[in-house]
Amino acid sequence: MHKLVKHSLALGLMMSLPTMVMAQNFDDPIEFAKQKEQLTMTANGPANKPWEQYIGDRLASTQRFAKKGGSTVCFSNAGVNNPWRVVGYTDMIEEVALHSDIKAFIHVDAEGSDDKQIADINDLLAGGNCDILIVSPNTTAALTPAVEKACQQLPVIVFDRGVQTNCPVTFIHPVGGYGFGIQGAEFVAANVEKGSNVLMLRILPGVDVLETRYSSGLRVLKEAGLNIIGTEFTGADNAKTKSIVEDYLQRGTIDAVWMDAGATAVAAIEAFEDGGYDIPVFVGEDQQDFLQKWKKMDITAIAPTYPTYQWRTAIIAASRILQGESVPGPEWVLPQASITKANLDEFINEAMPPLHYAMCGCEDMPNYPQAWGGK
Amino acid sequence: MNSLVTFARRYTSINWANINPVYFVLAALIVAIILNNPNFIEPTGYMNFLKRAAPLAILAAGQLYVIVSGGFDLSVGSMITLVVVGSSMLTNNDPAATMWVIPVMFGMGALVGLINGMVVCYLRVPSLITTLGMMITLNGFAFLWSGGAPRGYLPDTFRFFGRVSYKDIPLIHMLPVALIVLVVVGLILYWLMHKTNLGRMIHAIGDNPNTAKLAGVSVNQARISAFIVSSLSAVVAGILLGGFAGVSTSVGVGYELQAITAAVLGGAVLLGGRGSVPATIAGALTLMAIFTLLNFLGMPQPVRQIVQGLILIAAVALTMRRKGKHANS
Amino acid sequence: MNTISLDKPLIKRRPFSFEKWAPALLLLTAIILYVVACIVTGQTQYLTLDNLLAVVGRSIALGITAIGQTFAILVASIDLSVASLISASAVLSSVVMNGNPDMVVPAIVLALILGAVVGLLNGLVITQLKVNPLIATLGMSLIIQGVLSAFVSNFAGSVPEEFQFFAYGSVFGLPFGTVFFFGLAFLAFFILRYTRFGSQIYAVGGNPDAARFAGISTTKMIVSAHIICSICAVIAGLYLASRLRSGAPWIGSDGLYDLESIAVVVIGGTILAGGRGGIWGTVAGMLIFSLVDSFFNIIEIDAFVKQVLRGVIIVAAVAFYSVKSRRAVA
Repeated sequence: MHKLVKHSLALGLMMSLPTMVMAQNFDDPIEFAKQKEQLTMTANGPANKPWEQYIGDRLASTQRFAKKGGSTVCFSNAGVNNPWRVVGYTDMIEEVALHSDIKAFIHVDAEGSDDKQIADINDLLAGGNCDILIVSPNTTAALTPAVEKACQQLPVIVFDRGVQTNCPVTFIHPVGGYGFGIQGAEFVAANVEKGSNVLMLRILPGVDVLETRYSSGLRVLKEAGLNIIGTEFTGADNAKTKSIVEDYLQRGTIDAVWMDAGATAVAAIEAFEDGGYDIPVFVGEDQQDFLQKWKKMDITAIAPTYPTYQWRTAIIAASRILQGESVPGPEWVLPQASITKANLDEFINEAMPPLHYAMCGCEDMPNYPQAWGGK
Repeated sequence: MNSLVTFARRYTSINWANINPVYFVLAALIVAIILNNPNFIEPTGYMNFLKRAAPLAILAAGQLYVIVSGGFDLSVGSMITLVVVGSSMLTNNDPAATMWVIPVMFGMGALVGLINGMVVCYLRVPSLITTLGMMITLNGFAFLWSGGAPRGYLPDTFRFFGRVSYKDIPLIHMLPVALIVLVVVGLILYWLMHKTNLGRMIHAIGDNPNTAKLAGVSVNQARISAFIVSSLSAVVAGILLGGFAGVSTSVGVGYELQAITAAVLGGAVLLGGRGSVPATIAGALTLMAIFTLLNFLGMPQPVRQIVQGLILIAAVALTMRRKGKHANS
Repeated sequence: MNTISLDKPLIKRRPFSFEKWAPALLLLTAIILYVVACIVTGQTQYLTLDNLLAVVGRSIALGITAIGQTFAILVASIDLSVASLISASAVLSSVVMNGNPDMVVPAIVLALILGAVVGLLNGLVITQLKVNPLIATLGMSLIIQGVLSAFVSNFAGSVPEEFQFFAYGSVFGLPFGTVFFFGLAFLAFFILRYTRFGSQIYAVGGNPDAARFAGISTTKMIVSAHIICSICAVIAGLYLASRLRSGAPWIGSDGLYDLESIAVVVIGGTILAGGRGGIWGTVAGMLIFSLVDSFFNIIEIDAFVKQVLRGVIIVAAVAFYSVKSRRAVA
């Protein structure tokens, strides 16, 4: 009976799918290859300041934006609705404090709504007296028109998620989702036998940077001949993550867990711990709680990162552009290093909050660690 | 002999009609789950299920108080988040702090319930809007308090209630502490609702506030108490959820609607007057069983949503039919 | 619920019209707050006409949804399915158009049909199956969202340039979206105030039993109100598709259009028990929301404080009316 229901439902969905699913390709072999190469390339710029480094050598000239005197930098933020963005935003505020040339920093927060962010950008253009606009878009497609409009009035910097236009002076981002997926999956492939069971945990469907992590991770795992026992969405919910892993453990063995984001990694580890199982090979991220658990339990693990230091880079770029210095552009590709067993200790800091992102590039900043919630 | 048969038939027929259908649905679902996944009969299978269902069951039983009194409490999900985030802030990695942090959380819960109740009673704002405002406010407050990301771990002493299971127990092998909490809290809420004057008053005001007032019921007192019970149950649910899976800023999201759904599945009549604590707990288990079953069937999230929506509407339609029949007979 | 409540008068009575003027008073307060904030922070550039239009334009989609929600609430119902329906309408229209100007009209027609069907279903479930409107529409919301996310998980399709006129075009130097919104508000006002249908809506919401005695079909009124509500949500979805150039399955729920539209309506003085309130109150409610948003931006308040205050403001604004009422609350 249930099979019938399941099949008819699946059939119904599948028949209508091909006509509905649209363009955007999250499994692009060219982009995959490009990012795979970028992971191994040596970045230009000071090695001890990865937030100032860039991969490739294209520069955008900015003399026409040079401005005398103190400047007003405006920032339209998609939101500070998750710990990654909180850490990043703190980086940004602290970076602003380092620039005497920035006279005013205006920040508007769209609280995760496209519609609101479009309105925010319009507000800033109409009355913000901005010299430059930084945008961290809530979604790629929806914010494109607003960014295009802004480009006609003033220099624009986009970072984190992109937009579908080349009009911004530069688009700052780390190597990217494909790279992130590759780093974790290659580690898994290297540390388990062929044919081993891998559980893939994802946050939610539809987000560009997460879709590409998944597609590249899946590609690498499959090519390595591993057995994907399941792909589940956790909704970034600890309780749901733990339940999912518990259910899988009831049904069979798990040799490795690949995650597209590490916020719930510790909950997943606890499912093994509480059930009395050995902890398998894990792909997490650079949150303190995961790093500490990794060290404490001596797990075979890796933490690919999507560095929060890019929030610093946005301010550095703004400052340089308004002084007429050229910046990497139209894309500023930042290096995207993983944390491995070899350098784990450098990133562990027990004084920091559990969901602090260790790859923040913020340790040398004046208000570290208090501004980030550390002790 | 003949009369005995008639008696027996009447007895059984009355009995069947009076049993809340949620229990049959729950039983059927459990059978379906077992057919799909025989491991469910193992203690780890059903005990894990009960452990996970405990927070929702407690939350729904608390929500029932507000529903029976004729209102809604949408603030419970945010209350859960606030409890988890607040506890992580206050315990500050100190295992001994749990001792005083938990009472503080209950105090905070009582305060929130009191404010909800007073706004509804004295400012006369509908509970839907009052608790919607409270939901937004508490969520903002949880973020504000923690600066957007939790600043501490929850110590093991705090996580004991939601995480630990007693192992090596004869017959059932393991016994989650969360299940003990569910049984204890469930009994208290059952007693309070069905055996005390407060329970009768809450039923009375939900049925008809005007008659209740004329009959000498202190409407405001009963209504405020209902909101306090609901908030306190959210505190318990928060302690269990924080214990189960640790700190996060999104733990409570969506729980308010799930709690209302569970109560409705248990046959509670919205806008008041009727509802039972055991049936609501069964409603919560039913909801969790539905999710579990769909999960075992490998249904994607969208299908789960569709099924949940259909069941919600069907449950209420059924309750209204039952209610209509009883009223007519 | 079966008894006739004593506190709802059979005939609309208008003694002191506090309730009538309260939305205007609240709106005035919001305007003063906004202006004072601009002056105090020295950002008087925000007081230009262009900027005030931008403030009004902030919440067009919310406003359109709230106009529909007003009808549902006036018949003592409520609609929680609007947010999912907004997403569904935006995705459907953007997929059907798929960048092709010739498909604009079919897409709009299809979306409107979708709205009518959803509204009809909501209304029938509520009136025929006697399901509480909150649950009926919550269930409907889950179903729509489920069906939608089974098909799409990201932005799907695109709207042609011509259709972007809805959100970005202008007429007589005014943004078209704003003009459209006020046109729709005026239409709704006209229907409610000057047609028999309108007075029947009030009658059904104010006192269903009396309305029934007067020969009004409550079923028909509730179903109609829900169809209007859903059609407005669909229009809001079309507006968002035009504004975002495409539709995605999360835009409705991310914008919180379900709960916010209800908040806008009640802040505008329409009472949840039904039968009292009106469109201009809802328009005032929408403007208050926009002004408060812009006010927060101007004084650059912390995002979390903003949330706390928003919750308090919603409750305080509603308390402003309700504290004087003698009605039973729940």
